[in-house]
Amino acid sequence: MSNLAILPIVLPLLAGTIVAFTNKRVTFTRFLSKIFILIHLALTIWITYLVFTDGTIVLEAGSWVAPYGIIFVADYLSILLVLTTATLSTACIFIAPKLVSERKETFYFYTFTFMLISGVSGAFLTGDLFNLFVFFEVLLMASYGLIILGGSKEQLRESLKYVLINLFSSVVFVTTVAFLYAVVGTVNMAHIAERVHEVEQAGVLTTIGIVLFFVFATKAALFPLYYWMPKSYIVPNPVTSALFGALLTKVGIYSIIRIYTLIFIYESDTIRNFFIIIAGLSMIFGVIGALSTNDIKLIIAYNVIPSIGFVLLGLAIFNETGLSGSTYYLIHDMIIKTALFLLVGVITYIAGTSDLKKMGGLIHYYPRLGWIFFIATFVLAGIPPFSGFIGKILLLKGAFETDHVIIVIVGLLTSLLILYSVMKIFILGFWGEKKKNFQVKRTNGMLYPIVFLIILSIFMGIGAEFVYPHIETVGEYLLNPEAYINSVLKE
Amino acid sequence: MEFIIAILAGVLFATGVYNLLQKQLLRIAIGTGLISHAAHLFILTMGKLKRGQPPIIVDNITNYTDPLPHALILTSIVISFGVTSVVLVLAYRTINENKTDNMEQLRGNEYE
Repeated sequence: MSNLAILPIVLPLLAGTIVAFTNKRVTFTRFLSKIFILIHLALTIWITYLVFTDGTIVLEAGSWVAPYGIIFVADYLSILLVLTTATLSTACIFIAPKLVSERKETFYFYTFTFMLISGVSGAFLTGDLFNLFVFFEVLLMASYGLIILGGSKEQLRESLKYVLINLFSSVVFVTTVAFLYAVVGTVNMAHIAERVHEVEQAGVLTTIGIVLFFVFATKAALFPLYYWMPKSYIVPNPVTSALFGALLTKVGIYSIIRIYTLIFIYESDTIRNFFIIIAGLSMIFGVIGALSTNDIKLIIAYNVIPSIGFVLLGLAIFNETGLSGSTYYLIHDMIIKTALFLLVGVITYIAGTSDLKKMGGLIHYYPRLGWIFFIATFVLAGIPPFSGFIGKILLLKGAFETDHVIIVIVGLLTSLLILYSVMKIFILGFWGEKKKNFQVKRTNGMLYPIVFLIILSIFMGIGAEFVYPHIETVGEYLLNPEAYINSVLKE
Repeated sequence: MEFIIAILAGVLFATGVYNLLQKQLLRIAIGTGLISHAAHLFILTMGKLKRGQPPIIVDNITNYTDPLPHALILTSIVISFGVTSVVLVLAYRTINENKTDNMEQLRGNEYE
């Protein structure tokens, strides 16, 4: 039964390998990929159901008992994120034949995508700090393949920076794991969490905690380490951008949540205040970036940064409301960011440019696309009753409960500016004068996967009565690291 | 022994970071290689360097070598080997396409 915990990693890996052999026959590859991703989705839904009814599933590889062997842990938080990953990658695989050129598809687009899904699921499910590093490398390797697919000038230029910054932070990561191993003598996360209380020199642990935060903040693109992110996320094809924007930075922030709710549980206010400042600055600088540009892809890419800030805020206030809010906002953001990146991809495809100054009047030709985009912007900015609203109200309520009033004001102001930055695309791109000699291209069912994602996020908002109790369980669970430790070490 | 290796790792880190901060692409690629070597040496040192001890616990043996760092290093070396080759190929293609190996000229100003 416990073997289920590794299936979301193995299945995409297998699928990726199989579709690599059929790459020359594109129609068949598309068909196979769709089948595989649907099986993956069904499987993760089933595992999620099992986890929420029977509790955490732990897999000890080769039956080596917990602190000695390699383990995979499917607990509430990780399985929810794996489920979200499966959902949005389903939408991405289904839209890919329309938005990705056939040439790119034959050059192993689906293989790399499946490897990316496998790596991301692995990073969520692993219960071992060193394996977290390994899965980071797996997903990064797949992303290196995806980002240079096409090999244009600017792709090569930006992917070089992307590869170098990720390589550097990975080396720092593995060095920190070595440090931690020297101090506590284990790399199993539950075992580390148990042993950190016995370590006498707290100073070393604080240093390790801060270096790990640096590593994950680089991957998550938090202030001030976000500079590499926006430009490198917009150079690949739109489907890849959507996967990157939705998954890669979220793996970073997930690791921060995991490490700081399990291992480095500081009671001190210093680190919490530091997190709050970083969260606030990420919100402000991210939204300033989004306002500063007229490139629609870049606007959405910059909007990734404030959302990471919001998630970090929930961790920083560290009460049940805050952590539930973080989880809720994380899931909401993964879904809606995919939808927005894909929408922007569709807009770029039909308008032939991503520059807002060269667009206008699209609503005359594409009314449905226009209004879908309009709803998506509302979901992103957190207008009630959509899902962004529920996430934000939980986070801000949590901040109020712990008397952090300034961050509440910053958060609200940022939401307003986020709404303005994306509404700018609607006003300048969809309204305004019709362009002369505009060639109408058909969207050919591109919108269905996007509508699927948007309906999901509307459901998360309107159906909050149904969704919230589960999220609250996650929040409670994150506050008690003993639950995780007990389910892994079985004491 | 650990002391010397730790200093060596430190020197490798320093030279690696120095090379990473250069403008020439090949130097940056070499820099990434150097810092990953430093990291590997560092993991080895963290497991304590002993000679002549078995890597497993058998009855009556109290002094044994910790095998875990070796397993970690092996994984890490394979990964860094792969990544280094990706970086080299990527750098080569970038130089060919953009006709420069200077990072200053690879900024990308079209969105500003």
